[in-house]
Amino acid sequence: MQPKVSSMSSPSFPTKMHIEPHSSGAANTPTSKEAKMRAANLNFFYGSFQALYDIDLEIQANRITALIGPSGCGKSTFLRTLNRINETIRGTRYTGEVLLDGVDVKSQDVTALRRRVGMVFQKSNPFPKTIFDNIAYGPKVNGMTSKQDLEVTVEKSLRRAALWEEVKDKLQKPASALSGGQQQRLCIARAMAVDPEVLLLDEPCSALDPIATLKIEELLFSIKDQTTIVIVTHNMQQAARVADNTGFFMLGKLVEFDRTEMIFRNPSKKETEDYVTGRFG
Amino acid sequence: MTLRTRWRYLVNNVMLALTGFCTLLTISILFFILGYLVWNGFTSLDLAFFTELPKSPGEAGGGMANAILGSFMMVGLATVIGVPIGFLGGVYLAEYDGGWLPPVVRYTADLLNGIPSIVLGIVAWNLLVVPMKTFSAWAGSVALSLILIPIVVRSTEQFLRAVPNSLREGALALGANKATATLTVVVPAARRGILTGIILGVARIAGETAPLLFTSLNNQFWATSPNQPTASLPVMIFTHAISPYDDWHRQAWAAGLVLLAFVLIANMTARFVVSRNAS
Repeated sequence: MQPKVSSMSSPSFPTKMHIEPHSSGAANTPTSKEAKMRAANLNFFYGSFQALYDIDLEIQANRITALIGPSGCGKSTFLRTLNRINETIRGTRYTGEVLLDGVDVKSQDVTALRRRVGMVFQKSNPFPKTIFDNIAYGPKVNGMTSKQDLEVTVEKSLRRAALWEEVKDKLQKPASALSGGQQQRLCIARAMAVDPEVLLLDEPCSALDPIATLKIEELLFSIKDQTTIVIVTHNMQQAARVADNTGFFMLGKLVEFDRTEMIFRNPSKKETEDYVTGRFG
Repeated sequence: MTLRTRWRYLVNNVMLALTGFCTLLTISILFFILGYLVWNGFTSLDLAFFTELPKSPGEAGGGMANAILGSFMMVGLATVIGVPIGFLGGVYLAEYDGGWLPPVVRYTADLLNGIPSIVLGIVAWNLLVVPMKTFSAWAGSVALSLILIPIVVRSTEQFLRAVPNSLREGALALGANKATATLTVVVPAARRGILTGIILGVARIAGETAPLLFTSLNNQFWATSPNQPTASLPVMIFTHAISPYDDWHRQAWAAGLVLLAFVLIANMTARFVVSRNAS
C-alpha cells in the first residue's frame, strides 16, 4: 500500500499518510509536510560513470531525513546535488530535476541557492580565521556589514549550536584551537548563521566520539522546527535516533524510502532488511 | 650474533656515516662561504660604506651608498611589477584550471624560469634601453621582474593547490562566489607559503647580476631618476672584483657581505612576521 520503490517517476510520492514518530502539535499540520525539496528522475554522472540512477525522493519541510547505505552508494553525491556543490567537480552532470519549493535549483542563482540550502561536511572545515570570523563569514559574504548586526548574529548562531557558553570568552582565538566536536558544532553554527531553510549534513559525526555525537544530535532536534534537515550517515543507530524519514541507497539507486520506523522495523525490501540488520555492508 | 646480523649492522652503520658526512659537507659549504665573506668583507665595512659614493682607485675609503639605494630601488620596482602579475597568474592556474590555456601558461612559466637571466637582460635592453636611448633603472627592474614572475606564479600555484578542497567547498556552501571564496578563504589559508615563495623570489633577483649589466648598467654617482643608469650591488661587486686595485677588491668583499646580509635579514624578518600572524 505504500509507494516505496525508488524508480517511481510520477510525482505522487506523499500518498503515504503516516504518523510522525517525533512530531507533536503544530508540526503535524499538513502544510509542514509539504515537500521542501524534491528530486525527480535524477541521474547523476561523474564523466561517463553514472553514480545515481533515476532517484525520486521528497524531503519534507521541518523534518529530519536520513540517507543511509554502504560506502559509494551515492548518498553523498545525492546530498551534494541539492545545493549544486557537485558543480565544483569538473566533468559532473545530471539529468532530471531537483526542486526547492517547487522551483528547479538549476534555474536559480547558485549563491542564493546555497544561502538557502546550507551544508555541513564530513570533516569539520573551520576556516583559518578566528571563531568570530568563521561564524560571521556567511553573513558577511551575503552583505551584512554592520559590526553590531554581526555580533548579534554570531552570538545567536553559537547559542543555537549550543557552543556559546564554551567559546564566548575566546571569540578572537583561532577556530583551530577548538576540539574536534566543537569544530564540527562551529561549522554547524557557521551554516546556521545565514538562516538556511535547508541544512545538509554529510556524515557530520563520523569523526566524533559518542558524547560529541549526542550533542550534535540534540542540536539537530533543537533546530528542526526552523530548518529542514537532510543527514547522510553511516551510523544506522544515528539514523534511527534522529530521522523522521530514512532513505536507503545502494549502488546508486534509492532502494527504499519511508518513515524511519518502517525502514528499521518493517522494511519492504530484502536489501534494506539485510543492510539494517547488519547482514550486509 | 650471526654473521648475517653482523653484516646488516655493518651496512647500516656505513650508510649512516655516509649520509651524515654528506649532510655535513652540504652545510659546511654554506658556512664556509658565510665565514669567508665575513672574514674578508667585515674588515672593509664601515659607516662610510653605507653613506658615501665610490672613490676612484688609489683613494682610500669611500662607499657604495648609491649601489645600495639602486639595488633597493630596482628590486622594489621589480617586486611591484612582478608580484601582482605572478600572484594573479598563480591564482589563475590553481583556482581556474581547466581547458587548454592553463597548461600552456604553466609550461610557458616553466620555460621562462629556465631561460638564462642574461637573455632576459637582452630582452629588456631591446624593449626599453633601445627605444629610451639610455640605460635606466626601469630597464633593470623589468629585466628582474621577468625573472620574478615565473617563480611567483609557480610557487603561488603550488601553495594554493595544497589548500584542502574542503575549505573551498565550505566557503561556496555559505553562498560565497568563487572569487570571494578564493580571496577570503583560500588565499589567506595559503598566505604563509605564498609569502615565502615571494620572499625567495625577491631574494633571488636581489643577487642577479647578468640582467643588469646592459639594462641599468652602473653609475659611480647618484642616479637622480629611474631614467638614468643606476648602480646596483651585484654589478658593483662585479666591476670592483675584476678591477686590478686592492682597495676595490676589499670594497667588493664588503658589498658581497652587505648583499648577503640584506637578503638574510629580509628573509628572516618576513618569516618571523608570517609565523606570528599564522598562530
